[in-house]
Amino acid sequence: MKFKVMSFLVACTIVFTGCGSNAVENDKVANESASTNAANETAAADDAWAPILESYRQFTIEQADTFIIETEKFVTAVKDGDVETAKQLYAPTRMYFERIEPIAEAIGDLDPNIDARENDVEDKDWRGFHRIEQGLWEKNSTAGMEEYADRLLEDVKLLRALMETVEVEPSLLVTGAVELLNEVSSSKVTGEEERYSHTDLYDFAANVEGADKIYQLVKGELNKKDAALDEQIGKGFADLEQALAGYKSGDGYVSYLELKEEDTKKLSQLIDALAEPLSQMGTILEA
Amino acid sequence: MDRPTEHNEGQTKSKPTDNKISRRDLLRLAGVGGAGLLLGATGVGSLFSGQMRSAAKPASQIPEDKSADIVSFYGKHQAGITTPAQDFIIFAAFDVTAAALGDVRKLFQDWTKAAAAMAKGELLGDSNDNLNLPPSDTGEAEGLSPSRTTITFGVGPSFFDGRYGLAGKRPAPLTDLPAFGGDELREEWSGGDIGVQVNANDMQIAFHALRNLARIARGKAVLRWTQEGFQRTSSSDPSGATPRNLMGFRDGTGNPDVTDEAEMNKVVWASAADGMAWMNGGSYMAVRRIRMRVEVWDRSTLGDQEATFGRHRASGAPLGAVHERDKLDFDQKDEKGKPVIPMNAHVRLAHGDGTVKILRRSYSYSSGIDNKTGQLDAGLLFICYNRDSRKQFIPMQQKLGQSDLLNEYIVHTGSAVFACFPGVSEGGYIGETLF
Ligand code: HEM
Repeated sequence: MKFKVMSFLVACTIVFTGCGSNAVENDKVANESASTNAANETAAADDAWAPILESYRQFTIEQADTFIIETEKFVTAVKDGDVETAKQLYAPTRMYFERIEPIAEAIGDLDPNIDARENDVEDKDWRGFHRIEQGLWEKNSTAGMEEYADRLLEDVKLLRALMETVEVEPSLLVTGAVELLNEVSSSKVTGEEERYSHTDLYDFAANVEGADKIYQLVKGELNKKDAALDEQIGKGFADLEQALAGYKSGDGYVSYLELKEEDTKKLSQLIDALAEPLSQMGTILEA
Repeated sequence: MDRPTEHNEGQTKSKPTDNKISRRDLLRLAGVGGAGLLLGATGVGSLFSGQMRSAAKPASQIPEDKSADIVSFYGKHQAGITTPAQDFIIFAAFDVTAAALGDVRKLFQDWTKAAAAMAKGELLGDSNDNLNLPPSDTGEAEGLSPSRTTITFGVGPSFFDGRYGLAGKRPAPLTDLPAFGGDELREEWSGGDIGVQVNANDMQIAFHALRNLARIARGKAVLRWTQEGFQRTSSSDPSGATPRNLMGFRDGTGNPDVTDEAEMNKVVWASAADGMAWMNGGSYMAVRRIRMRVEVWDRSTLGDQEATFGRHRASGAPLGAVHERDKLDFDQKDEKGKPVIPMNAHVRLAHGDGTVKILRRSYSYSSGIDNKTGQLDAGLLFICYNRDSRKQFIPMQQKLGQSDLLNEYIVHTGSAVFACFPGVSEGGYIGETLF
């Protein structure tokens, strides 16, 4: 979670419970210095940001809408006891979620409900995709998964509903893109995300697509501010996407188990090569 | 040394990040149902941009005079070659991923700037207090003494493979090493397009340097392998006696005198006259990761140990002599007529007839244990500089690899060679004579 600053401000402005008096003072300082900046300099930039933020909001809503539809299909297969179909739908369905993960994370408790892996949460609280994944691949069965299936669909619908409440801000875009790649770097490229199905490359690709979407949206602004950085990021995406394409199989991707050490190392290095300049994208937040 | 002034000035402290209330906590406080109300209406986005965090630090915490702790980055030759060995090393080999020579040039320009700043103990880059960006310096060396940091750059044979149209510029002395007796080389500790030797009297500072160089390289070069090394620190031996390697023997006694310019020109520094103008004032580096069979060594008698090297362990003196600096006398015989320094003793073979020399700058290493055997993976990160490896290092190692008594106790597990660039003056960049 990288939204501490923002949520702190929100927390202090509105809910004073939980903020020490010291914190409130800091908040004032921050407010003052920031609003001076804002007043002088961001007024013009706001005009540029509005359509970008709106497009991103649209994108996330679309993804979330499709996510519900696809999850419904997946859940139906699980409840029908159709293991094969459920296995086929599992990874492609998750991609809609993985593309917009920063938003899901910003909403809070929902992310673990949908996406927690075993031991991420207490066993009694463990549900969501990975619980069903374990049943499907470890036990090759949907037995006992019906309730998880129902709850998953509920959680996915709740996610969609709560997305209306998230204010998409420039900072969320900028940090969100990097976070998507950090996700890849820390769990997908290591094969730790999909322990049983080994469909990590689907998540990998979706995270990258989600980051690319953000980049495409802010590219215009970025280019005005720092054309060299824009070029570096563009090249980073191109290199990474080209490498990923090598692992395509049909409509999806090969199993993580097919990757050799040099494959994962190369992919990981390409992620680092892209994420470093991407992390400089915050320059566009400067007036 | 003066530091960027903003770090000396006290500034208003505003550190909103210290307050660990996450959005998730907030949602818990408010109840998820109220989230829309709370988050929808506030519009904190504009508040969020442009906040600065001050890295204010009292001036008194910064060492007053750091000059004694600074080895100048600039000069006729690169620092870190004839510089007296610091306490620590991180050696790193990189592979270049950049497609165009222009990107490689840019990399070396950026590296030069960073290396020069780090030699002075300065923070890297100019965005170290902007809340919207990752800090340009990773921060773990902030406020520390420069600790005699040196960073030495070279390029390996694979760099001249034609990717950058430089095949014709590959110097003849930068030849691939032949296979030597006793080699058990492993891919994971060998080769590299670029070699970087980072030295400092503080491991954290050395790590900081390498980490930031790797960061600057993202998208242009990737780490291929690294090896850390150490020796006894200067504070554990203020007298500066010759350090001991992990076999307990003084190591470095027979090195040529780095203050003797004529000798250095003969042994270490390449010259335009050698055939490759861009290497004028540079040097060729050989790196060997040599594992010691520590457990085996520890069960050998002192007599055998001393015979292996041809020197006494305690004093470092040649066998048959008393003081460390006494001359090696290879003709001396014992009462049975056997040579006092055995024919295959390490120093005898390495010394040869005394005309072929190298400048060694090795460090001990310890890399945990070998999981296959449960034994220590420790040894010598052997580094040497010479004017022409074909005439110096290679024939020497050929002889050692075949007959050295030491071979019973060591195994060469990694290997790389690099052509280390000449030095640069301020405003120039490392590699400018080649690119
Ligand atoms: C683990 C491996 C090695 C160990 C433990 C080791 C240790 C030593 C020791 C204790 C000495 C005597 C003190 C001194 O003069 O520094 C010495 C001398 C020397 N070693 Fe090594 N060494 C190793 C590998 C090598 C290699 C690979 C080379 C070069 C190919 C080399 C070249 C030399 C030279 C040139 C001398 C000085 C000989 C002279 O006095 O003229 N050593 N080494």
